[in-house]
Amino acid sequence: MTTQPKKARVSTTVNGQPVDVLVAPYQSLLEMLREVLGLTGTKEGCNDGNCGACTVSLDGRIVDSCLVLGAEADGKRVDTIEGMARPEGLHPLQQAFLEEAALQCGICTPGFLVAARALLEREPHPSEERIRLWLAGNLCRCTGYDKIVGAVRKAAALDGAGNGRAAG
Amino acid sequence: MTITEKPQQQYKVIGTRPIRHDGLEKVTGRAVYGADVKFPGLLWGAVLRSPHAHARIKKLDVSKAAKMPGVFAVMTGADLVDLESKLVDMGEEIDNLAYTTKKLMADDKVVYKGHPVAAVAAVDLNTAQEALKLIAVAYEPLPVVLTVEEAMAPGAPLVLDDLVGEHLTGEARNTNIAKHTRYEFGDTAKGFARAAVTVERTFKLTMVHQGYIEPQNATAQWNQDGKLTVWTSTQGAFNVRDAVASILKMPESNIRVIPLEIGGGFGGKIPIYLEPVAAVLARKAGRPVKLVMDRKSVFEATGPTPGGTIRVKVGADSAGNITAAEADLRYEAGAYPGSPVGAGAQCIFAPYRLPNSRIDAYDVVVNKPKTAAYRAPGATQAAFAMESVVDEVAERLGIDPLEFRLRNASREGDRRADGPIFPRIGNVQVLQAAKRSAQWNAPLGAPSAPHKKRGRGVANGFWFNGGMKSSCNLAVNKDGTVAMVEGSVDIGGTRASIAMQAAEVLGIPAEDVHPTVGDTDTVGQTDVTGGSRTTFATGYAAYLAATNVVKQMMGRAAKLWEIDESGIEFKDGTFFSKSDPELRLTFKQVAEKLDETGGPLSATGTVNMRGAGGAFSTQIADVEVDTETGKVDVLRWTVVQDVGKAIHPAYVEGQMQGGAAQGIGWALNEEYFWDDKGNMHNSSFLDYRMPTALDLPKIETVLVEVPNPNHPYGVRGVGEAPIVAPVAAIANALRDALGTRFTETPMKPSRVLAAIKGGTLDGAATAASSNGASRRGRR
Amino acid sequence: MPTVFVPVPLRRLTGGEHRVTVPGATLRELVANLDARYPGFAAHVTEDGRLRPGMAAIVNGEATVDGLRTPLTEDAEVHFLPAVSGG
Repeated sequence: MTTQPKKARVSTTVNGQPVDVLVAPYQSLLEMLREVLGLTGTKEGCNDGNCGACTVSLDGRIVDSCLVLGAEADGKRVDTIEGMARPEGLHPLQQAFLEEAALQCGICTPGFLVAARALLEREPHPSEERIRLWLAGNLCRCTGYDKIVGAVRKAAALDGAGNGRAAG
Repeated sequence: MTITEKPQQQYKVIGTRPIRHDGLEKVTGRAVYGADVKFPGLLWGAVLRSPHAHARIKKLDVSKAAKMPGVFAVMTGADLVDLESKLVDMGEEIDNLAYTTKKLMADDKVVYKGHPVAAVAAVDLNTAQEALKLIAVAYEPLPVVLTVEEAMAPGAPLVLDDLVGEHLTGEARNTNIAKHTRYEFGDTAKGFARAAVTVERTFKLTMVHQGYIEPQNATAQWNQDGKLTVWTSTQGAFNVRDAVASILKMPESNIRVIPLEIGGGFGGKIPIYLEPVAAVLARKAGRPVKLVMDRKSVFEATGPTPGGTIRVKVGADSAGNITAAEADLRYEAGAYPGSPVGAGAQCIFAPYRLPNSRIDAYDVVVNKPKTAAYRAPGATQAAFAMESVVDEVAERLGIDPLEFRLRNASREGDRRADGPIFPRIGNVQVLQAAKRSAQWNAPLGAPSAPHKKRGRGVANGFWFNGGMKSSCNLAVNKDGTVAMVEGSVDIGGTRASIAMQAAEVLGIPAEDVHPTVGDTDTVGQTDVTGGSRTTFATGYAAYLAATNVVKQMMGRAAKLWEIDESGIEFKDGTFFSKSDPELRLTFKQVAEKLDETGGPLSATGTVNMRGAGGAFSTQIADVEVDTETGKVDVLRWTVVQDVGKAIHPAYVEGQMQGGAAQGIGWALNEEYFWDDKGNMHNSSFLDYRMPTALDLPKIETVLVEVPNPNHPYGVRGVGEAPIVAPVAAIANALRDALGTRFTETPMKPSRVLAAIKGGTLDGAATAASSNGASRRGRR
Repeated sequence: MPTVFVPVPLRRLTGGEHRVTVPGATLRELVANLDARYPGFAAHVTEDGRLRPGMAAIVNGEATVDGLRTPLTEDAEVHFLPAVSGG
């Protein structure tokens, strides 16, 4: 296409696997994950960094992937919802979300899980207030957050030590 | 907490909390939502939208865009054939076909900002968006009407030149009032004459949005035989199919609509916006086309719920009995007729037994996006007005607000203000449970700082709930599990609540029923997931299908035992002979022998349900107001609701909590912020401020189980009722805290601060009051 | 005889009467008899031989699902109300 700018090669690590992709300079990390790599577990809710549905971990820090350019992932480590479960089982947060009915429509769930994992890695036993503050960057319109907060507390109680299962 | 009205039948599955069947896919990112679909050769579509709220299109030239490399198709309103004026039932939405195509894409006039004008399909999204910039449109701006007052004023500019209004006097032309209805019982003048206290107030609300996190999307593909497949995020695949068929003038059976996982709806994903556009673009391009809305368009050009003006007048005698009530509701329909003012009018007085009542309801078109259903559509606005006035009447009479509501509560056999008699309802039981609740009996506590004030408010809310059409297919596997295909899109765990009802009948664990949401080619007609109907109606279809399975399985057991079917009973998942105690087989054991007894076994259940039974939700709000900033913090919240029978209590609690949370956002922060040209200035989640986890407290729930006699397990709808009371509950709490009665939404910091300083945000006069603190003495 | 609650906009047809009793073993018969007595009534509640889209007939407190075929008892109470749609 005459209007298309030249794509750049991005070498990154996604969920522990090295990946080389071609990304247009305007494409966000979210687009790179969803459209180029087919990792559609990361969701788009607003594309302007206000809903948190596209939360991923970039070198261990959670980011709204719609606000990061794909090219910025070059040389970095990206962890998404798809890498959260292990072959031997779900991450304790995933299990707690299921047991506590912490999702309704499920569109915000991947973002919440990735964000909550980052919290528990830093603070294995956060208070309810701390959980609510940490998750304030993720919008959920279905649950009123009560059961999400409950699930994070449950996972923290079970596996709060951040026992190395988490990827971030 | 759950309060059951009387000891009920013991269930094995119902009332338990199994992990939802679709949960694993949703916590691992594998669940496929509408925007996730991808096909070889897929094109991306983009929509050009009007920058004006009201304008005539003088010129529309798409030729440059069509020639741009990478563009495969361009469409305008001319590609949609005008349909004759006719009301059609779109399943939960009544639509006038004359406006159907104009809503999708403007013809010669745009009537709200964001109104689609043209669309393109291109090789990728970026190219499609670039192509939109090459479309030349010349607009002649027209005067806008933005409020019901402006629209109803004599000589107001007309939003729709051809609108024929249904007024009390008959058909009316040259009007923005699409409909005026009235309900009247008794003689309100006589009633008010008997009143010791009469309160009359006018309330104003601004438009708010459902705020689902997933934007609308649609993907369309044509086969060479003229058949169309649509993948979409919708509350109802069948209503999408039927609407697309009428718009494209093709047989329904040539369209297959596949509903994908849906990221929230709340009523906003009942109307269609993109599906026919994707279909037209795909037909022109000869390739599949996908459209996904951006967030700004979701705000500006899908269906929010109306703002408007509501006047309520209530009188009560000195004993605390309401003697008369009047309401006048005027709702913004948006640019086309069809606000939920009718439902608001039918709900506004529902919690009360009224000897004399009059309700007027006006559906008014304005230059704003066409409104859509939003969770108990129309009822939250109405309850804000009514429950505020009721609170004030109780206060003036010196009666506890819950006691006053109980004294006047509607019960089974009472006549609603819109006419019909109430069936079995749980209004009184809910109010009594609220009175006994932990929060109502706990002290409010001292403010956390000297410049803060606390208050407690209560409000009641009613919603009808729906019935309608549902279908469910069951097939028994030889390992004793059951495959289920049901027609209701699952927005909040209904695969589980429907499967559990089948499992209860079959006497097998919930996990042994494997539910799938069908599409329009794989399951019978099923109406939308809306109207709080899904667990009730589709659950009933599953119950019928499972009952049918049991009957057939009895025949199989009869064959195995070589006895007559009439000699067999089925209880707790076991078939047994009435005469021979040796003959016992579990469901699974009979299933294992299917091949020997006749082969595959499947059954269908279909319903067209009535008797949904309404639901009441009383809510208690404790708030703390920062008098220096005007910020309101919600300290504690309780939802007490008549849930019929909770099939999966965790998801019932979730509905109650989620409804309350949306109501709290509506009360405190959410609004469409307009300028005088009809531009929305806060069309992002940054500026349209929905509650975050930090903004809300733990939301306590009290499930009051008053079974619905029209359902085998007593199910009532639960999804919508919880959004009705919160706005009023917060207004009443603020009255308690500050002594000020708020009559406008949202009760945002600037408005609260203005009230604290003795004025109003808008400079209008308020009825200031000073005895707010007096009520706290009781507690 | 079934009792019909007359919607306010149609009271101009019934001379202001709020409630009328009209014979009819089904809703269809009832509407026909209403229209005979109050010409124009049927056109407001039916269309093409069916209930008008957007119109609900409430019989004894419940919206009908059988439309004009709904059987009516002698003591039936009938309302014609706008259909309510949920979210």
